[in-house]
Amino acid sequence: MSEGRGNEHGHGHDHDQDRLSDTELRVRALESLLVDKGMVDPAALVETYETKVGPRNGARVVARAWTDPDYKDWLLRDGSAAIADLGYHGRQGENMYVVENTAEVHNLVVCTLCSCYPWPVLGLPPVWYKSAPYRSRAVIDPRGVLREFGTELADDVEVRVWDSTAELRYLVLPERPAGGEHMTAEELATIVTRNSMIGVEKVALPAREAAA
Amino acid sequence: MNGAHDMGGMHGFGPIDPEPEAEEPVFHHDWERRIMALNLAAGAMGRWNIDMSRFARESQPPVQYLSNSYYQTWLAGLEKLLVQTGLVSESELSSCRSEGQIAEDLAERVLTAEQVPTTLGRGDSFRMDDEVPAKFEVGDTVRVKNRHPDHHTRAPRYVRGHVGVVDRDHGVFVFADENAKGMGNRVPQHVYGVRFSARELWGPEASARDCVYADLWDGHLEPA
Repeated sequence: MSEGRGNEHGHGHDHDQDRLSDTELRVRALESLLVDKGMVDPAALVETYETKVGPRNGARVVARAWTDPDYKDWLLRDGSAAIADLGYHGRQGENMYVVENTAEVHNLVVCTLCSCYPWPVLGLPPVWYKSAPYRSRAVIDPRGVLREFGTELADDVEVRVWDSTAELRYLVLPERPAGGEHMTAEELATIVTRNSMIGVEKVALPAREAAA
Repeated sequence: MNGAHDMGGMHGFGPIDPEPEAEEPVFHHDWERRIMALNLAAGAMGRWNIDMSRFARESQPPVQYLSNSYYQTWLAGLEKLLVQTGLVSESELSSCRSEGQIAEDLAERVLTAEQVPTTLGRGDSFRMDDEVPAKFEVGDTVRVKNRHPDHHTRAPRYVRGHVGVVDRDHGVFVFADENAKGMGNRVPQHVYGVRFSARELWGPEASARDCVYADLWDGHLEPA
């Protein structure tokens, strides 16, 4: 938390390494205890969130909305149903609400109280999203936060910050970049970043596409 | 509770320093993957709900909460819940030796590898079918009650006492603040998206254009 990601992937500092190995031992001991008690089937400790669920799901939702106006209307009206139509549903995505970025409005999503995040469309949250700097500052200094991600907004753009304090989960529909009109939904999905769907970045066209 | 988890508006944590998106792995250590999976597996016992989990994590001493990484907090929360609900005894946790298998009715609930996709794909039921009247309508001006409960609440400190406008009625959900007190406390209430101007929350130096939305239950709000 306060140590940022350093404590989670531990480069460098000896005291962090010691604490991490303590943690690792505790987790292994707890796992073997729960297996011994018959509470946990070791075969069920699978890697769903590394293999099946991740931000490519959300990128496909965005690309479909960019290329299909009826789908976009549905997505903004009933996010859960429109997203489930592409096969993405389940834990931490039960009640989806999609907010649209435009030339006038920029949306940013945070969970100041914990780490609420739309798992089915974005996977598990990055370390920075759960960190104290982001959770503390997103609501009081959103423009400063955006600048740290390289996102400069004009003063006349309205910034809307969505604090995920209940069981609604937010997905930002980023602005479609100008110049990619010839791209298919499949191609567009490849340029939609996770960070743009949290709202900290805009989607940029790769140089080769912009020149095309 | 006014804990270290309630971070909105705090100063002094420094820059965000994000890892580049393309380079960030889902987990940075194998033990993170394991504690995530253990949380899902132990949760299948049905002895706690998501709000009890949140309360277990956030009710650590503030110094500990702030010095933990996020998955260390998940470990601390899981240990607390296992003991609180009697699934694991204090002595089992300290010795890491099993003093007996779980009861038969619980054994039936053990999550198998085949069930994982269905269980995760199904999600949890936060919405309730109860037809409770909404206390507020879209467009109403509301104030967040100035309350400081020592138990779990989803009304962050930075909105308490402040006035906002109801932007949307999300429908009827289980009230998190009560749900955190234990199983069998499912109180149905409307949840609203409430819009607060940045100046209402942060004073005259904030941008006149910007705003913050928080999702709040009937129990958090009063007419303004």
